[in-house]
Amino acid sequence: MALLTPEWTALLYLVAAVCFILALKGLGSPRTARRGNLIGALGAVIAMIVVFLSTELDNLALIIGVIAVGTVIAVPASRMVKMTQMPQLVALFNGVGGGAAALVALLELEHSISLGAYLAVAFTVLVGAVAFSGSVITFLKLQELMPTRPIVFPGHAAVIVLVAMVGLAAAVIIVLPESTLAGLGLALDAVEVKAIAAVVGLVVGSLLGVLLVLPVGGADVPIVISLLNAGTGLAVAASGLVLGNTLLLVAGTLVGASGSILTREMAKAMGRSVAGTLFGAFRGGSSAGSTAASERPVRSSSADDVAILLGYANRVVVVPGYGLAVAQAQHTMAELAQTLEAKGIEVVFGIHPVAGRMPGHMNVLLAEANVPYEALAEMDEVNPQFKTADVALVVGANDVVNPAAKTTPGSPIYGMPILDVQDARQVVFLKRSMRPGFAGIENDLLYDPKTTLLFGDAKESLTKVLGAVKNL
Amino acid sequence: MEAITLLTFFVLAVFVGFEVVSKVSSTLHTPLMSGANAIHGIILVGAVIVAGAADDVVTLVIALIAVLMATINLVGGFVVTDRMLEMFRGRGSAPTAREGGDR
Repeated sequence: MALLTPEWTALLYLVAAVCFILALKGLGSPRTARRGNLIGALGAVIAMIVVFLSTELDNLALIIGVIAVGTVIAVPASRMVKMTQMPQLVALFNGVGGGAAALVALLELEHSISLGAYLAVAFTVLVGAVAFSGSVITFLKLQELMPTRPIVFPGHAAVIVLVAMVGLAAAVIIVLPESTLAGLGLALDAVEVKAIAAVVGLVVGSLLGVLLVLPVGGADVPIVISLLNAGTGLAVAASGLVLGNTLLLVAGTLVGASGSILTREMAKAMGRSVAGTLFGAFRGGSSAGSTAASERPVRSSSADDVAILLGYANRVVVVPGYGLAVAQAQHTMAELAQTLEAKGIEVVFGIHPVAGRMPGHMNVLLAEANVPYEALAEMDEVNPQFKTADVALVVGANDVVNPAAKTTPGSPIYGMPILDVQDARQVVFLKRSMRPGFAGIENDLLYDPKTTLLFGDAKESLTKVLGAVKNL
Repeated sequence: MEAITLLTFFVLAVFVGFEVVSKVSSTLHTPLMSGANAIHGIILVGAVIVAGAADDVVTLVIALIAVLMATINLVGGFVVTDRMLEMFRGRGSAPTAREGGDR
């Protein structure tokens, strides 16, 4: 139906674009975040109504049917996913978005005429395909359906260069004027040659996404998800150029730009560079800090001892890490915190920017367990508080509290911002074993005289400590 | 539309994108990424336009696949972001009985 005039269409698309800007703005603060997201959804609804009312659409019943199917798939998947598995679901959503953009550009190729449109088609097909297959690999890594460690095969870098060059060649063919292609004396006409080049671009882009993400190590995967997210945004923006649709252009660009900033911020919080994340595995990892487990003595103790330390403290800072997340121990942790607070002990959660699997992931997990967000303190805020804390309780974290990041130049984690738990009067580690953390280096703090260790699964240990605290 | 007009939109949108997310605390990085992820699901508009113009079966099938993928991105993206954010609540608002009771 063409019920809306082009002026009304443009005006309503503008309203939708403003909704998206307000959504991103609102998502920047805890108070307004949820409303911001709903405003974004409102913008999407407006845009969808406009496209149906402003365009002559064939196949209407089929289109609406497929949208209904997609909704029926997406809503239960999003509502039922466990919060610990949420990062990979986001990765998957990002991937299908990139794939959709690539397919839209592929189909619009035959309607394109200008040089700008051809450029945009080539860009969208390649970047959209990279985002699609790269996201699928990040999903498989996070879901642990494939190894999370970096995967590099002999000649990997050379293959990437080769595949990228084929992709570039396909892009050049898409962009070349039809008269030039016709002048080459090929058996096919120019339009067919371009169509083949676009399909080649789609395949090569998908291959490139796989090759680029395979060498990324588990802990760096979130940065790559964010990078691919920004890539999908730019692909959507370029498809807006292809279709001459300003809403797609503006929305895609917003995501591309904000996603780039977010990627840089995440990398900074992890003490990594974005390029190092993607290509670090090719340089050969730093061998500094070999994993030879030392024979030095540690002080390991029982849940009762830990309960006494906690129960007679005035201030406790909890440092939750990935171990807490995988053990699904956030509810027990929250209950322990409430029990201690009921005894008049001040409990603060010190959250490292990359605790969990994504920046902010730990906050989501603890929020799920009803820990109020006022009790969650960010690194810069909590670091000065360790000096006055009686006990720092480290649950399933290691590298993010390793003082080597400050004191040992040459250590793989040197320069990474850490939580200063060594400043607390007593440090308690709940750990599965003496195995080093993801960075594969020892933590000298474990051997410090003021450190107490309680070995075991985070959830079991916390349950025992909670029981003992209640009996004090 | 004029290429220069589209370029203008693009450049201005880049700056708005940079501006709205700078200085966001790391607490909200995950929901922000998820929300941005939902917004690029608006490629559904493009997929619907292409599907509505398809005049042969192959084109229609590819376009409908694009519609399906874009719908999952758009709808799933907003729903999962909302789910993350409904858990952010302050000390003041007491935890009410939530669905599921996943304790």
